Amino acid sequence: MENAPLFSVKVTVNGQLFEREVEPRLLLSDFLRHELALTGTHVGCEHGVCGACTVLLNGEAVRSCLIFAVQAHGQEIVTVEGLTPDGGREALHPLQEAFREAHGLQCGFCTPGILMTLIPFLQEHPQPSEGEIREALSGNLCRCTGYHNIVKAVQLAAETLRHG
Amino acid sequence: MKPAAFDYHAPESLEEALALLNEYGYEAKLLAGGQSLIPTMNFRLARPAVLIDLNRIKELSYIEKNGSGLRLGAMTRQRALERSELVANHAPLLHETMPFIAHPQIRNRGTIGGNIAHADPASELPAVMWALDGYLKLQSAAGERRVAVQDFFVGMFTTDLEPEEMLTEIEIPAMFPRSGWAFREIARRHGDYALVGVAATVRLDEAGRCEDARLVFFSVGEGPVEAQLASDALIGELPGDALIETAAALAAEADIDPDGDIHASADYRRQLARVLARDTLRRAFERTK
Ligand SMILES: Cc1cc2nc3c(=O)[nH]c(=O)nc-3n(C[C@H](O)[C@H](O)[C@H](O)COP(=O)(O)OP(=O)(O)OC[C@H]3O[C@@H](n4cnc5c(N)ncnc54)[C@H](O)[C@@H]3O)c2cc1C
Ligand code: FES
Ligand code: FES
Repeated sequence: MENAPLFSVKVTVNGQLFEREVEPRLLLSDFLRHELALTGTHVGCEHGVCGACTVLLNGEAVRSCLIFAVQAHGQEIVTVEGLTPDGGREALHPLQEAFREAHGLQCGFCTPGILMTLIPFLQEHPQPSEGEIREALSGNLCRCTGYHNIVKAVQLAAETLRHG
Repeated sequence: MKPAAFDYHAPESLEEALALLNEYGYEAKLLAGGQSLIPTMNFRLARPAVLIDLNRIKELSYIEKNGSGLRLGAMTRQRALERSELVANHAPLLHETMPFIAHPQIRNRGTIGGNIAHADPASELPAVMWALDGYLKLQSAAGERRVAVQDFFVGMFTTDLEPEEMLTEIEIPAMFPRSGWAFREIARRHGDYALVGVAATVRLDEAGRCEDARLVFFSVGEGPVEAQLASDALIGELPGDALIETAAALAAEADIDPDGDIHASADYRRQLARVLARDTLRRAFERTK
């Protein structure tokens, strides 16, 4: 097949500017994983249902499997790697710490997407009710935990973040 | 899976976008929020040769007052509508509905224009816009026309749009005094497509009789389904529990003809429709006070 023309994408990911030439059909999720080697963003379903690929686009949680990388040109992305700039050597993000503490993960496949969903949620809802937490998580599938400990982890994280 | 290759255009103005659409017509797809289009491309159910990305066109994203009604740009994100005070004050039915559309991550990208143009029979917004007597502005390089929402939906995933036309604006008329509204749906999980849902709007005359009533269902047919017999039963009458029961029964038994699927049987959908019709009508009449 003849090669499609490439587009130049300049995008800030976790505070760092990257520039790459990509085919327009490249999904943002694949761009992050294959072009930038940021494999913390997981890919489960590629039709917007599982939430594993959730990242922040200009501060808002979005599905990276439902955006083309070219569309991120000039925008700012934060992935799960962005929560711990030093790779977690010194300390985890309080939200991650709470997930560890409350057993909010088992296999961890869903966790990056859930964390990135929760970052803006907790900014908007510093004191969320259980109902609000469950609603916020409704767009993320977890096949291991049964969600119960995830809810507990969010409550714990909210508390830590409030008392800073 | 991954999408097939396509030519990509990202115009900065509406004029440019319409010119591209005029040039490519059937070959092209407009890319709005991508929350319905990209999944179908990822699974190669759609393989458009050309994508015209509308996301850089700032002039298509706005929420404006239009007298006491509203004008919404087609590229306005669903999330912006959910958070808008203008929408809460001037189109409270729309405000009440927004949180039921998908999940926050989807609403952050999904647009109102994309949702309506997609014409998914399980979608909330077409039914809500129908109940609100909305109008749609359709533009092409050759000109524009204004279409009532009721005339826009032709069938499942099918609308009155020509291949070179774009939906650019949604108009919501002002609410009359003594109007009431309500929205309800039943889904297996919050944010999932509903098994059945309904939007209701009602209006009373000065004597307190029902002057207008619209009960518009979704997820029970090929598109939004207006319960005409139920409206006929309500109009001219004084609202009350018995009347509401009668209208809800007519809506569920005579106005709609739902199919069964793995999620719900046809009978179960009728049962839900009856309960939802009763609840929304009750709520809507309460709000006229
Ligand atoms: C997991 C998940 C759950 C969802 N749940 C729901 C739900 O419960 N209820 C619901 O209503 N929706 C739901 N959606 C769909 C969501 O609301 C979409 O955002 C919406 O249907 C399409 O809007 P969009 O802006 O993303 O359009 P796109 O996906 O970009 O486009 C959809 C179609 O409309 C065409 N189009 C787009 N804009 C225009 C325009 N201005 N003029 C003419 N044609 C245009 C496109 O070419 C395409 O064919 C869900 C989606 C996902 C992924
Ligand atoms: S991989 Fe994006 S939502 Fe499942
Ligand atoms: S921890 Fe395994 S899917 Fe959630």
